[in-house]
Amino acid sequence: MALSGIQIFKLLPKTNCKKCGFPTCLAFAMKLAQGGVELSACPDVSDEAKNTLGEASAPPIKTFNLGTGEEAIKIGGETVLFRHDKKFFNPCILAVNVKDSLSDKELTDTALETVNSEIDRVGQKLSVEAISVECASGDSSKYEAAVKLIAEKAPGKVIILNCNDAAIIEPAVKSIADRKPLIYCANDDNAEAMAAIAKTHSVPLTVRAEGPEALSVLTEKVKGMGVEELVLDSGAKNAREILENNTQIRRSALKKGFKPLGYPVINFVLRDDPYLETNVASIAISKYASIVVLSSIERWKNLALFTLRQNIYTDPQVPMQVDQKVYKIGEATADSPLMLTTNFSLTYFIVSGEIENSKVPSWLAVMDCEGLSVLTAWAAGKFIASKIVTFIKESGVEDQVSSKELIIPGQVAILSGALEDKLEGWKITVGPREANSIPTFLKKRVG
Amino acid sequence: MAYVIPKENYNGQVLSLDFGKESGAVSIGGENTLPFLSFEGEVPNRPVIAYEIQDTQPDDWPETVSNVFKDVSNDPVTWAQHCQNELKADSIALRLVSTHPDRGDRSPEDAAKTVKQVLDAINIPLIILGSSHIEKDASVLVAAAEAASGSNCIIGKAQEGNYKTIVAAALAHNHKLIAMSELDINLAKQLNILITQMGFDKSRLLTDPMCSALGYGLEYTYSVMERIRLAGLLQNDATMQPPIVADVGINAWKTKEVSAPESDNPEWGSLEERGIAWETITATSMLMAGTNLLIIRHPKSVDTLTKLIDELS
Repeated sequence: MALSGIQIFKLLPKTNCKKCGFPTCLAFAMKLAQGGVELSACPDVSDEAKNTLGEASAPPIKTFNLGTGEEAIKIGGETVLFRHDKKFFNPCILAVNVKDSLSDKELTDTALETVNSEIDRVGQKLSVEAISVECASGDSSKYEAAVKLIAEKAPGKVIILNCNDAAIIEPAVKSIADRKPLIYCANDDNAEAMAAIAKTHSVPLTVRAEGPEALSVLTEKVKGMGVEELVLDSGAKNAREILENNTQIRRSALKKGFKPLGYPVINFVLRDDPYLETNVASIAISKYASIVVLSSIERWKNLALFTLRQNIYTDPQVPMQVDQKVYKIGEATADSPLMLTTNFSLTYFIVSGEIENSKVPSWLAVMDCEGLSVLTAWAAGKFIASKIVTFIKESGVEDQVSSKELIIPGQVAILSGALEDKLEGWKITVGPREANSIPTFLKKRVG
Repeated sequence: MAYVIPKENYNGQVLSLDFGKESGAVSIGGENTLPFLSFEGEVPNRPVIAYEIQDTQPDDWPETVSNVFKDVSNDPVTWAQHCQNELKADSIALRLVSTHPDRGDRSPEDAAKTVKQVLDAINIPLIILGSSHIEKDASVLVAAAEAASGSNCIIGKAQEGNYKTIVAAALAHNHKLIAMSELDINLAKQLNILITQMGFDKSRLLTDPMCSALGYGLEYTYSVMERIRLAGLLQNDATMQPPIVADVGINAWKTKEVSAPESDNPEWGSLEERGIAWETITATSMLMAGTNLLIIRHPKSVDTLTKLIDELS
């Protein structure tokens, strides 16, 4: 069923035009074979190639956008079960659920809370990306008004239209179709009507059934009605069902090439207990959800879930790095100690955390060693005396501290002689070998 | 195209072990599938949560969690009884912090006395942890193991630099043992091999691949644990089959996110909730990656994780 890169290459234009973003047609073909890109990225592909490649070249889990323009968010497209096998590609969307029966003020507040949810963490801007508007009123005009209000007050956000009455949802879909909202949901009772609405307005559709098997039957039916962009809800109620169903769905798609379940997954994790909800959400994030819907988005909850999402979706093959610069920790002054380390994010986090624990305000000079830890960087010749000297001189830290004393990691004590020779006027002090000894080390210095 | 439940064929199984005295003993491990996947295997035991207590009043715990224990934390016996009787703990992890050369440097004999007193005061299973000072633990844990002889405790952590004396003591006094290595599946495997080569049965071992907190390297621990589990289950690698322990509290409660006041970072929200979220999400992620035993500090975290494990079981 799956074609090799070479087989695919034979069907491509072989013009190396680069329009797909790859340097050559062969590179594009190889990527296509791995499922990392879609055939549609090639603008010149022949109809014959399209037919031949068709299903075979389609990634095992469909990829598409929710929302439009710059705010559009890609979901799906995952290729592995475990992040260490490659990486997880498209971070899941976090959404808050809101009922249309609330007052205009309450609806506006939720919209603004979502808009203002952005937090910067290690250089990435993270936020709640979507709002699920639930029809609790049972009233078509009230629902449409609530949807329009939310859409207006939260201009960059993805809207999930949470209503399973086709007659009620249609005017709302129509009114914000240009925002490419997600319909939630088609089920056994309303599938034909919902699929027709999704098709008419060209918006993605959630399909919901109890368990993966029933779900696979329903997605085939809906797909047969011409809706391609589907999201799956397996009806999982508790954490075990979320974990088991999401696992079965992803395994079916990736290991068995089972197309009826080759779509992104949505999990509703609404709970009365906010801590429990947060933790059920964390399971959904780690285990294969593409959209997680919450009952509320307090700032503490957002920070924790954004951080988890960032951790899980980090590329395991690329060391996380922090920027090269001299970091100020606490209220450091010209008399504060100056410590040195490398820019592997884990190294930085641990060292800066221990300095904070010491409550001794300090400067931490973080040197770019391509994301390697201290010993590895030293062994690789990236954290050596001559390079450290250049970094210290160019960093301008000489003007920041009065004492001209540099504390180096204990693991590279061997560098102290060479550094003293090359850094004229500086005193080199060997610090602790392990970060957990930093608090004691610093406290002793200040007495 | 009909749906077939995609079950994995595992060749191996996580070893199970019990700790604690007789009727009070609890069991962990024993599953022959990835965490909580009951559709394809047996998951005979729930993960167990142990309350962390210390042998001295903590001076480096944020107020969110230190205040909860302020009336009991000046004495490890009172603290242990509080966890058992008031908080209905399943297990207690006693950390002998004050034996660390920089934290009081108390002697192995002192530590042994504390261990005895705590053991006499409780009937739930006890985990005995050193101060993670490699040289000092080598003598402290030996004395602690002797003091706890016959109580079937878990002691730890044995590391590459000090495992020999600790393994010998665990062997002599019939305890279970935590083998800890730093975020590397090969180091974890190698340490387990070295320990079993001393005649220590692998069915009495626990692996600690080093827990990292949410936002501070959690993804490294997560993937190392997943790889250990997969090696034990899929490849039937016997050295990778001991239950896994995650020392969550100590890592989660030293991050900036659990101690910076809301006034410093208004966009981070309420400090107390942030702390509980940090500890529990770290723990839940460890559960997803294969952890069988969690060491936790805050009662609200324990409560939340218990409810979560209920939902997962």
